[in-house]
Amino acid sequence: MVAELSTDVPALFRRRRNFGTRKRMRLQHSQSKQHGEPVHSTRPETSSARTLMEIGTRRIFTKDHDLFRQNVRRFFQEEVIPYHSEWENAGQVSRELWEKAGEHGMLGILIPEECGGVGGDVFSAAVMWEEQMYANCSGPGFPLHSDVVMPYISNYGSKEQIERFIPKMAAGKCIAAIAMTEPGAGSDLQGVKTNAKRDGSDWILNGSKVFITNGWMADLVVVVAVTNRDAKTAAHGISLFLVQDGTKGFQKGRKLEKIGLKAQDTAELFFEDVRLPADMLLGELNKGFYYLMNELPQERLAIAAMAIASCEFMFEETRNYVLQRKAFDKTIAHLQTVQHKLAELKMEICVGRAFIDNCIQLHAEKHLDAPTASMAKCWASDLQNSVATRCLQLHGGWGYMWEYPIARAFVDARVQPIYGGTNEIMKELIARNIVNQK
Amino acid sequence: MSGRVLVGVKRVIDYAVKIRVKPDNSGVVTDGVKHSMNPFCEIAVEEAVKLKEKKLIKEVVAVSCGPQQSQETIRTALAMGADRGIHVEVSGKDYEALGPLQVSKILAALAKKEEAQLVILGKQAIDDDCNQTGQMTAALLDWPQGTFASEVSLEGDKVKVVREIDGGLETIKINTPAVLTADLRLNTPRYATLPNIMKAKKKKVVNMKPADLGVDVATRLEVLRVDEPPQRQAGVKVETVEDLVGKLKETGRI
Repeated sequence: MVAELSTDVPALFRRRRNFGTRKRMRLQHSQSKQHGEPVHSTRPETSSARTLMEIGTRRIFTKDHDLFRQNVRRFFQEEVIPYHSEWENAGQVSRELWEKAGEHGMLGILIPEECGGVGGDVFSAAVMWEEQMYANCSGPGFPLHSDVVMPYISNYGSKEQIERFIPKMAAGKCIAAIAMTEPGAGSDLQGVKTNAKRDGSDWILNGSKVFITNGWMADLVVVVAVTNRDAKTAAHGISLFLVQDGTKGFQKGRKLEKIGLKAQDTAELFFEDVRLPADMLLGELNKGFYYLMNELPQERLAIAAMAIASCEFMFEETRNYVLQRKAFDKTIAHLQTVQHKLAELKMEICVGRAFIDNCIQLHAEKHLDAPTASMAKCWASDLQNSVATRCLQLHGGWGYMWEYPIARAFVDARVQPIYGGTNEIMKELIARNIVNQK
Repeated sequence: MSGRVLVGVKRVIDYAVKIRVKPDNSGVVTDGVKHSMNPFCEIAVEEAVKLKEKKLIKEVVAVSCGPQQSQETIRTALAMGADRGIHVEVSGKDYEALGPLQVSKILAALAKKEEAQLVILGKQAIDDDCNQTGQMTAALLDWPQGTFASEVSLEGDKVKVVREIDGGLETIKINTPAVLTADLRLNTPRYATLPNIMKAKKKKVVNMKPADLGVDVATRLEVLRVDEPPQRQAGVKVETVEDLVGKLKETGRI
């Protein structure tokens, strides 16, 4: 199937520009051709690699991405994994981690250099999302901060707002969050009640938000609020505001006690007569909803990419477990039932990986539309949960123990079909595109 | 002083890979096997970049001898902060037979050509564990050497080197130009950040052949055979100290 794709597919998999001379590694079994000869093979896909997390696989990446991935993997191994259990108890990661990530140029990858970001490509951002899942550490809210919130500011912010916030956000000194969901409105985003009323040239913000990722540590929150109650539809009356931690009236309620994502500081936020100067309005008045619609596909792609990466991690964890767990005088990997389950898992994960890589490539070419991003998020997060439950089962009793990585991966997986837009809403978006007569 | 430092970087099989001997016992399997920069070479690059950041030297040039893939190793050095690279292309049978003597001839020629103030190398490579290239290079150049360095400080036209030796630590002061080899505790190599990886693409890597430097890479050694180390035998548990002493005497250990 791989051979078909490489001859068939036109622009989609053809490598693009800026990565200098493409280094080509030949997969050769003849030893006499090991050194020096010019080679033309493509990179292997995960299905034929030694492990699903191998560096040097997948045609959407180049050797430069491999080098970056090596360093990101090292960062998670040295700076995140050793502390993650401690952070799970604390319900948050440390500030130092954020600053270290900033120091190492791992935040704001998709933000242009001129704005103060790293100026990297979508593939490099994907490396960050994936390596976090390969490390099985859901605590750091880097994807949300870098690839959801920062783009709102760099795309819709004024020059002054960009200068004021982006460099600090890229440095990990200003942690960001975005507050859309409320206790009474999640999927029904148009039903938000948080509102901002004009007072002279200022705005007075009132309302509350819940389930906000990075909420507890956030220095800056992008808040979705109603600014025109009388708009023809609710969508036409929504705006985005920048609210800084410490602003009078802005209270962080508490860190929420979740069944998973234990080291992630998800919080509830309260706004009581918060006075915001005019320059804290992000973008144009009453255009908020359209900004959200523009930016949500990227968020959904990130969730999808993380879902498949998590599947790959769980598969390798499980493979390692069954190869050493003994029962009935042999490792359980000798049992046909286990072998078939592994085959099914690998099949499904590789098929999912192909679609997600396709979507990542589309997004890099700016051709990823909202329904496709929704498909990716919905499919991958459902697959992730199905893989999680099967992999946990293969671990037997140990899979139920918190000390085993599969347990944490299992509970963390459960939120993926919910946040970023529930999978039910994803199906709404996909269907609309199908039955729309236009 | 030119303020230029030459750093040698070697592409070796990654330390985490399980090495397998080729069926014909002529060597180890390298095809399709993960390779990376020799860890001691990483430390060497880091030290050179640190000297540049302290403004004690002006330019770091990364050199690698090997096939086309050695360019990746040079690129890693560039992503860590080296300014430019030199790829001395050696491939095929010549590469299989390439060893410390030929490499040190190449490095000596380059050190003269580039008017290097310092040549910094890893103390040894993790594939052959030779621990010879640094010393041979210094000898060919007739330069002083500071090997197994765990601390390096430039003091005018001299270098103070703290060396890790069997008896502990030895501090020496040598003139420049000199050859240094990096030991484990010299520093912790930095991450190659994405901005630096992207900048590295624009840095120049010059390609040349050993002949261009007047070096003959013909080998004087012939590898007869490569074998796996003997399988580890099972141990024997004993109950008492007397039993232990008895067993040791029995097997001729004491």
